[in-house]
Amino acid sequence: MNIAIVKSKKLLPPGLVFLIVILLATLPLYGTDYSVILLTSILVYAILTVSWAIFSGPTGYISLASAAFFGVGMYTAAFLGEALPLVVVVIIGGIFSFILAFLAGALTLRLRGMYFIMFTFGLSQLVKYVVLWWEAHVGGTIGRFVINKDFLTVYWVIFVIFIAALLTTYLINRSKLGLALQSIGANEEAAAHTGINVTLVKIVSFAISAFFMGAAGAIMATRWTYIDPSIAFDPLLSFMPVLMAIFGGMGQLYGPIIGAAIFGYLEEILITRFPYYYMLVFGIILVVVILYLPKGFVGLIQKWRRGESGGAT
Amino acid sequence: MMVTLLNVIVDGLLTGSIYAVIAMGFCLQYGVARVLNVSHGEFIMLGAFATWSLYTMFGINPLVSLVICGPVMLVLGFLVHRTIFTRIRVSSESSAEAEGNSLLASFGLLFIIQNVALLIWGPFVRGLEFMSFPVHFGGTTFGANRLITPIFAVGISLAFYLFVSRTRVGKAIRASAQDPATAGLMGVNINNVLAICFGLGALMAGFAGTLVSITYTISPTMGLEYTAIAFIVVVLGGLGSISGSFIGGYILGIIGSIVTYFEPGLGLIAYYVIFMLLLMVRPTGIFGR
Repeated sequence: MNIAIVKSKKLLPPGLVFLIVILLATLPLYGTDYSVILLTSILVYAILTVSWAIFSGPTGYISLASAAFFGVGMYTAAFLGEALPLVVVVIIGGIFSFILAFLAGALTLRLRGMYFIMFTFGLSQLVKYVVLWWEAHVGGTIGRFVINKDFLTVYWVIFVIFIAALLTTYLINRSKLGLALQSIGANEEAAAHTGINVTLVKIVSFAISAFFMGAAGAIMATRWTYIDPSIAFDPLLSFMPVLMAIFGGMGQLYGPIIGAAIFGYLEEILITRFPYYYMLVFGIILVVVILYLPKGFVGLIQKWRRGESGGAT
Repeated sequence: MMVTLLNVIVDGLLTGSIYAVIAMGFCLQYGVARVLNVSHGEFIMLGAFATWSLYTMFGINPLVSLVICGPVMLVLGFLVHRTIFTRIRVSSESSAEAEGNSLLASFGLLFIIQNVALLIWGPFVRGLEFMSFPVHFGGTTFGANRLITPIFAVGISLAFYLFVSRTRVGKAIRASAQDPATAGLMGVNINNVLAICFGLGALMAGFAGTLVSITYTISPTMGLEYTAIAFIVVVLGGLGSISGSFIGGYILGIIGSIVTYFEPGLGLIAYYVIFMLLLMVRPTGIFGR
């Protein structure tokens, strides 16, 4: 693990990271409108993937609840968007998702492996159908309009959430919480015996990852302007982070970002013209990656670098 | 009152019998081949659209399509397992890793099959006009298709159960489920048996697809809904228990029709509430050990 971290520093020195952050932050000053919008959708995927990997990366618990958290954020914006300032709405969206994840996490202490995957999938479906029913019977509507925000504001907010998610991941990885998560992934019983409060660690990190998804959902609702339960809780939103994280590789912080960037870009250029081919290509890439690149894109880069340095490791 | 009760029961048996067929195949795929096959619903959709195409283009009776779709799906499932899942199983370091990777690969399969179907058939919702003439029964009226479907579904389920529990292939399957390594030592070709299991799951999906197309409307994106049902039934009956899946299918179908009778919008919510409660309270299912 230490070797891998050293390698990542060689690949992306702090100065370069800083430069990229500055370039992204100032993009609207010199980029075209199109590039800003494109980067907005890539950054949303990156937020979903990076925050998904906070909990699921080290522990190996595959969560399919991302759609629930993202959708809860969206509906927060739909209900509170008119009454409160944007930043507050985004934070509340995150908090609602945090609470939902905390409760769901507290209820699923016993579940592992396949049962956990099924439970999280069921959770996002249940939330979707409850909202659908609620809207039809109490709200008296199918979908809702959300107050539109101009795309620059959306970009800044998304960018801030993205940086916050990255910083959080970085800090967690360096803290005792990160070590605890890794030891849970390696062997949960052993982790519990060394005095780690396994349950609390899992719930807290699950909820933290949900916070960023909810915040991203709240801001994206103002971009999409119209939402209904099948848009906000689209099961695809649960699958995409998993696929992108696997494709990018989860051992490194930048792996999920690479995955999100590649898929976000592919989607942007293909989905309007060839929607079915896009998803078809997506499926084929996924199967091929699982079969031939189980460690993801990062694994490939590391293998290549190792070969280059004459097999020093 | 008796008439509505009869309606609710017939509805429950109809959906329940289809759920049972779907879940038994899904259960075999997970219980023995260790693939949590998220693309199960896509095989159902393929079966349904194959039936629809055969009926509208060549006028082939859907009940005859049963005999065509099922075996084609069996071969397709066998080949899919041999090309994708066998490789994953052999190359993975642990069984947990193999299960995780198989799950993700089946997501890929879901996208591939669904979008190939969208390219072929388009995004439209289709329906068959087959045996929809009314039958008077017990003082109320049913479409004949709604009565014929459960009869065939029960027959298929029983035949499937007998195949797994009585035949020599079934014995090899059960041995592989208990202990793949030892079964291999006893001369069972483990890769082939697991692929057969996956193929049998696809066979059941193909049968279910034909039955669904007789009674309900179909669309290329319908798969995930049926996969979710299979999840729920299999957890209800206990992961890996085929008889549990059979009974669980009927239980869920009846519950669904009762809830839908009182409040039409709550059917799916009831399913998921049962699902989540079961996972929390008794994840081994009502028939699990």
